[in-house]
Amino acid sequence: MDSFIQQIAAGLANGGIYAAIGLALVMIHQSTHHINFAQGEMATFSTFIAWALIQQGFPYWAAFFITVVASFVMGVLIQRIFLKPVEKAPILTNVIVFIALLVIFNSIAGWIFDHNIKSFPSPFSTENFFRSNYFSAHQLGSIAVTLIVLLAVFSFFRFTPIGLAMRAAAFNPESARLVGIRVSWMLALGWGMASLIGAVAGMMIAPVVFLDPNMMSGVLLYGFAAALLGGIDNPWGAVLGGVILGVLENLLGAYVIGSDLKLTMALVLIVAILIFRPYGLFGKPIFSRV
Amino acid sequence: MMSLPIKKLGYTLGLLAIVLLPFLVEDFRVSQFNQVFIYALAILGLNILTGFSGQISLGHGAFYAVGAYTCAILMTQFSMSPYLTLPIAGGACFMLGVLMGFPALRLTGHYLALATFALAIATPQLLKHKAIEHWTGGVQGLVLDKPTPLFELTIFGNELSEDRWLYFLILIVFGILFWLAENLLKGRIGRAIVAVRDQPMAAAALGVNLTSIKTIVFGVSAAYTGVAGALSALAVSFVAPDSFPAFLSISLLVGAVVGGLGSIHGVIFGALFIQYVPNVADDLSKSAPWAVYGIILLAVAYAAPNGAVGLFNKFIKGKRHEHKV
Repeated sequence: MDSFIQQIAAGLANGGIYAAIGLALVMIHQSTHHINFAQGEMATFSTFIAWALIQQGFPYWAAFFITVVASFVMGVLIQRIFLKPVEKAPILTNVIVFIALLVIFNSIAGWIFDHNIKSFPSPFSTENFFRSNYFSAHQLGSIAVTLIVLLAVFSFFRFTPIGLAMRAAAFNPESARLVGIRVSWMLALGWGMASLIGAVAGMMIAPVVFLDPNMMSGVLLYGFAAALLGGIDNPWGAVLGGVILGVLENLLGAYVIGSDLKLTMALVLIVAILIFRPYGLFGKPIFSRV
Repeated sequence: MMSLPIKKLGYTLGLLAIVLLPFLVEDFRVSQFNQVFIYALAILGLNILTGFSGQISLGHGAFYAVGAYTCAILMTQFSMSPYLTLPIAGGACFMLGVLMGFPALRLTGHYLALATFALAIATPQLLKHKAIEHWTGGVQGLVLDKPTPLFELTIFGNELSEDRWLYFLILIVFGILFWLAENLLKGRIGRAIVAVRDQPMAAAALGVNLTSIKTIVFGVSAAYTGVAGALSALAVSFVAPDSFPAFLSISLLVGAVVGGLGSIHGVIFGALFIQYVPNVADDLSKSAPWAVYGIILLAVAYAAPNGAVGLFNKFIKGKRHEHKV
């Protein structure tokens, strides 16, 4: 029984990380209606920036906030420089640009910071949290950070005029432009915020999986699956999807099929769920008028 | 506009060049050309699905792998003739594609991309699995023989080697399947496929059976890619789970977009891109080759957002326009 609870606890902690990446994807989707395949590599790159700052002697939280701001600027610049020329191109051309960004970021991270695995500090103690054998302080801390980010994202889209403008820009660009929303800049803002969330997720996951240029390749897929499982237009869904995925994966790995087919099984299950709920567990179906 | 005899002469010379090409270069180059045509065939399959039917697939590497393994298992375990394995690989992948087409009926866009990508991720892991190790050879994979030429021939001092023999085999298979695809897409079914992509409701209202069209397209697409996979097993004479990473599926999609979606005439450009650009990138920068690859990919996406075919059409149309002026 104790090991069962251990597995669930570990699943919850992983789920928090998947949820954070899933949130970043939801963020981009809310504001652009695209899924950014380069999200994970951008997050890894941000984490490398934080690592370099800490190596230079910056205190952790200073490095954290500088990285967050730098990532926001990076996201905005990427949209302005690389995505703007293909805004009107077919969707698959955009996908190709994402793939190009993915390999560029991955390659440059390896080139500047080399491929050796680096340890990344955690702001929270890695020892067991007091009176609990199930969670380390870092796990609880990263879950707390994910929840704070979730609350911020949700409030931003729900309660601020600019959040509303961003949703409008993604939902119906033409009409949004007619009421005076600068659609293209809303997209850039969305990219900036997604990059910021990705950076936070990267810094939370790095102490667990260690830092190297390929840190995010597996995690991105889980984040993607989490976002789709929950429904791509729903930030709460992404978080719940991430948690479900984390727990499911751990339990299946421990008790049913062993660790070598863990990823496969998790994905097969998600596809099975999607067949019955094609817009995710908490997503709204899209209706079209004839 | 070119006159008809000149056009005919052009085609004849082109065909002659393609036939003589393998005798002008070394075996190593021939095997690269083989790979280009194999990729072209796989991209053709993907283009039928993504370009014509509008369904994104990030999992075609899986059909490529199944085709390759079908060929390898039939040859090593049942000592079947390599030529006979090709239609069987195509048939097996057709059925697998139809099966995959059923969930694809319910899923669109990003959701379909995830489902197919899951297939691409799962394939190497499943191929390694212990339960089928005695068939697939597990992590070690299977080694097979290249088909031997049926007759001897020497042109320009180069004899008809195994690779050159394969070149012609691949060329013939590619030619036949290309011709079939062109006819399929030009005809009634082709128009139905495009109608399902552009206006599914209107198509259904006009009596097009969405379910059967979508699943059949998935099957045909998978079959093409599966035959390409089987040819690749012959060309490399080796299959192993790690020869079919998830990145292969992404490469095929890149090739399809670079060639131009919605037209099958660009497939060879897409194939040339995914075969040669990684090498070029590696030559340009040893320290960050994939950054160079990414930059070339970006350049192509900006210069030709509709692929090689789009660029060609723009160029030709622009020229015609000038004539009018």
